[in-house]
Amino acid sequence: MRLATTFSLIALASLLSGCDLVTLNASGDIARQQGDLIVVSTVLMLLIVVPVMVLTGWFAWHYRASNKRATYAPEWHHSTQLELVIWSAPLLIIIALGAVTWISTHTLDPFRKLDRLDAARSVPADVKPLKVQVVALDWKWLFIYPDYGIATINELAAPVDVPIEFQLTASTVMNTFYVPTLAGMIYTMPAMETRLHAVINKVGDYEGLSAHYSGAGFSDMRFRFKGMDGAAFDQWVAEVRATPAELSRDEYLKLERPSVKEAARRYGRVVEGLYDAALNLCVDKTKMCMRDMMAIDARGGMGLANVYNVAHLSHDAERRRGHDLTPADSYVTSLCTVPADAYMSPVDPPSYGRVRLAP
Amino acid sequence: MTPATAEPRSELATLLFGRLSLDSIPYHEPIILVTFAVAALAGISVLTWITRARAWGWLWRDWFCSIDHKKIGVMYMILGFVMLLRGFADAIMMRAQQAMAFGDAAGYLPPHHYDQIFTAHGVIMIFFVAMPFVTGLMNYVVPLQIGARDVAFPFLNNFSFWMTTAGAALVMASLFIGEFATTGWLAFPPLSGADYSPGVGVDYYIWALQIAGVGTLLSGINLLVTIVKMRAPGMGLMQMPVFTWTALCTNVLIVAAFPVLTAVLLLLGLDRTIGTNFFTNDFGGNPMMYVNMIWIWGHPEVYILILPLFGVFSEVVSTFSGKRLFGYTSMVYATVVITILSYLVWLHHFFTMGSGASVNSFFGITTMIISIPTGAKLFNWLFTMYRGRIRFELPMLWMMGFMFTFVVGGMTGVLLAVPPADFVLHNSLFLIAHFHNVIIGGVVFGVFAAISYWFPKVFGFKLDVFWGKVSFWCWQIGFLFAFMPLYVLGLMGVTRRVSHFEDMSLQPFFVVAAFGAVLIGCGILATLVQFYVSYQRREQLRDFTGDPWDGRTLEWATSSPPPDYNFAFTPRVHDIDAWWDMKRGGYVRPTSGFIAIHMPKGTAAGVILAGISAVVGFALIWHIWWLAVTGFVSLVGFAIFHTFNLKRDFHIPADEVTRVEDARTRALAAIGA
Repeated sequence: MRLATTFSLIALASLLSGCDLVTLNASGDIARQQGDLIVVSTVLMLLIVVPVMVLTGWFAWHYRASNKRATYAPEWHHSTQLELVIWSAPLLIIIALGAVTWISTHTLDPFRKLDRLDAARSVPADVKPLKVQVVALDWKWLFIYPDYGIATINELAAPVDVPIEFQLTASTVMNTFYVPTLAGMIYTMPAMETRLHAVINKVGDYEGLSAHYSGAGFSDMRFRFKGMDGAAFDQWVAEVRATPAELSRDEYLKLERPSVKEAARRYGRVVEGLYDAALNLCVDKTKMCMRDMMAIDARGGMGLANVYNVAHLSHDAERRRGHDLTPADSYVTSLCTVPADAYMSPVDPPSYGRVRLAP
Repeated sequence: MTPATAEPRSELATLLFGRLSLDSIPYHEPIILVTFAVAALAGISVLTWITRARAWGWLWRDWFCSIDHKKIGVMYMILGFVMLLRGFADAIMMRAQQAMAFGDAAGYLPPHHYDQIFTAHGVIMIFFVAMPFVTGLMNYVVPLQIGARDVAFPFLNNFSFWMTTAGAALVMASLFIGEFATTGWLAFPPLSGADYSPGVGVDYYIWALQIAGVGTLLSGINLLVTIVKMRAPGMGLMQMPVFTWTALCTNVLIVAAFPVLTAVLLLLGLDRTIGTNFFTNDFGGNPMMYVNMIWIWGHPEVYILILPLFGVFSEVVSTFSGKRLFGYTSMVYATVVITILSYLVWLHHFFTMGSGASVNSFFGITTMIISIPTGAKLFNWLFTMYRGRIRFELPMLWMMGFMFTFVVGGMTGVLLAVPPADFVLHNSLFLIAHFHNVIIGGVVFGVFAAISYWFPKVFGFKLDVFWGKVSFWCWQIGFLFAFMPLYVLGLMGVTRRVSHFEDMSLQPFFVVAAFGAVLIGCGILATLVQFYVSYQRREQLRDFTGDPWDGRTLEWATSSPPPDYNFAFTPRVHDIDAWWDMKRGGYVRPTSGFIAIHMPKGTAAGVILAGISAVVGFALIWHIWWLAVTGFVSLVGFAIFHTFNLKRDFHIPADEVTRVEDARTRALAAIGA
């Protein structure tokens, strides 16, 4: 046992010297606090784990059968005092840890707006948070910046020391949005929206990924997350806006189809309400939005008319493999005509180069 | 699997074979072909060997049709071992892929194959390795520990075993006919729905688990009733051995949790097969409902696996410390508290799915509370060793390995129960390291402790110590090498189920982990060698006393192996550790006055029913409707037919009992006991 431990410690030490424990040494305040919590919790628990391990080793050695000098009390099996200690020691640790848990779970809730940029600074009143809408597609990430009317694939940029507000959903299956250095992960789920509030405190080029298995292209469903200073971010926005590519509904429907290892891509213009349509599974205009469907259902539904109001969801057919005889998917067709596409025309988009934040 | 451009099938072919066609056999995948060749060769040589030994009749009558809880217990263990080899093969393939696939190297497994492997690994290890091991141990030991002659429903026991085996057979069939699920071991929709997993993989998953689940549920009811109704006179609940207590709690969990799994898989099956919308994205379907339901089964399942092994460790530590278990009462209460709390923690598996902070905190804190009774158990074992005379025989060695390993796994588990920490570590390799830490450190080490502890009871000779130690050290060191790097990788933000990495700096960790997996493989191999060597040396290792470890509970009161009827006279119990009490109280084994013993009779019905179930499952997977309907009708028909079989019992004549007991009397006299 001891030999094994020594061996593994040596192996670990040599490996650890060259690695980057990003979760414990994060560049974003939320991830940093989460990392600190890992350390605090571990130390709290070591208070009981270490004594148990030491006692195990000591008792095993001392009371070995060959040690005839050790006390042998075959009928000794109860001690109220010891029982009290046995139950109360873990209880005390858990009370402490439970308190830490209750507080930190609320302060680090991804749905909660940030109130600080880091340990020393609270969020200045005049900073407009960066809004990002995230759609997990098969198998790439779509980021829409509603304040700028731009969108990117597999490339996410944000100014440092500015709160970021993510709205997240997915097109087909579950994924998780995870930038280890920024904040803990959060699921992206079709027809559902989750939120994440975070801030990046250091300029850098970081990794982002999906952490929930989502099918064949999952392993390469990665993106770069760029923390930039305000001026560089403004510059980046300007570059993206100058990109001729436009993200229309049709373009989205093409984009939505399964593909792997997509290179980063940019769209200078994005159609109005795209994220909302993606969330409600009705980017295809012939399809009824979940929102409307739920509203109709809430009023008692349409009865038999529902049966005639379905059509096939064609793009999914391409995912089917083999001799599949199950009926193809259907969906509820929309009842109203959707107004023609209009591209977002942002009014007074925030620029972060001019913002001077208190150090 | 097959190209979408395949010719449209004739309606007749579809009617006859459903989705099944020659293209369903993955003969274009060399790895599977080789696997098939090896499996077929091994299978044929086993079959030949049985035929040449003229063992079919014996195998059929004395084992397959047997309703003796001991033989069924042994068959469960064999099933567990066979499936362990398959599950481990999956593990080593994953480790190899992850050690290779960096940068431009894609590794040797395409994602479609890799994804099947990690799904199969999880499904097999939980449902067809850990569950059979646990059920097998309970089957063998519980009736002996409570002084019973068999379980409450002996035929149901045989049927349960064969249903579990039928489920395992379907999973194995998926390797060579069609494909297995590529969804992860819990098959979350919408990915596992018909839209995104149109192949037969998820159907294999659903029907294998449904069929095996019937077995598990029935076996749970069976053992529950056995423990409640069939204890020897004098054995109140608080006189039961701790292993029996943990078995009781486990079976309560099985009975309460498995129907949820059955229900949720049924709903998913309906979604996939007849186009309902329980868990689809639209039409009011709600995938979150699936996630909730499967974890409402899934978390108790974790305790279903570990509780009986807690019982094993309790037996082992008190036997080898030569000392009564410290704090029996608090041990029992700890077990019961864990049983109840295990239903209140399921949401900790998906803190990151957007529940509110208060919900997350609630489930985080209930999870931590479970660590209090678990901690109390560890202390109880510790203080059982205190002032003992500890003999480091093989079972105790595994116990020590468990004590050191499990506390670390427990600690990382509580860490994951802190929601903000989980936001960082969820789905990461840290999580993988954690649950392997508790499952290997707890369940696997426990199973090996139990095997080396009860092996002499089952076969009448002890296991070879040298190869046992080799196995132990390979497992222990292999575990550290395989999973410590994963803890580190998890902290580096590396997540699970990835078949290809870009970051080259991660590769050394995966190479170390792969090395660890190879060591664990050596451990498994050493165990097989241990069985072989022990069998060869069985005369030297023979135990004539029936009580090789100076045991404390009733199973050690009878001979090794026990006679069919377990106990010639039902023992009377006066204290916890009944056999220890009897030995101290100058118990004299009765040598005369034997009477005929009423016993249940073997039947082929279990094999037949399970066989038909497997066919029905296969037909449902491949949409061969005529076969599914015919099969189901004959299943129900045969079950009704079987109820008319009234020849279900017989008496072992008093002469026969006397003969067996006299032989034991002579054997005991020969060694001067």
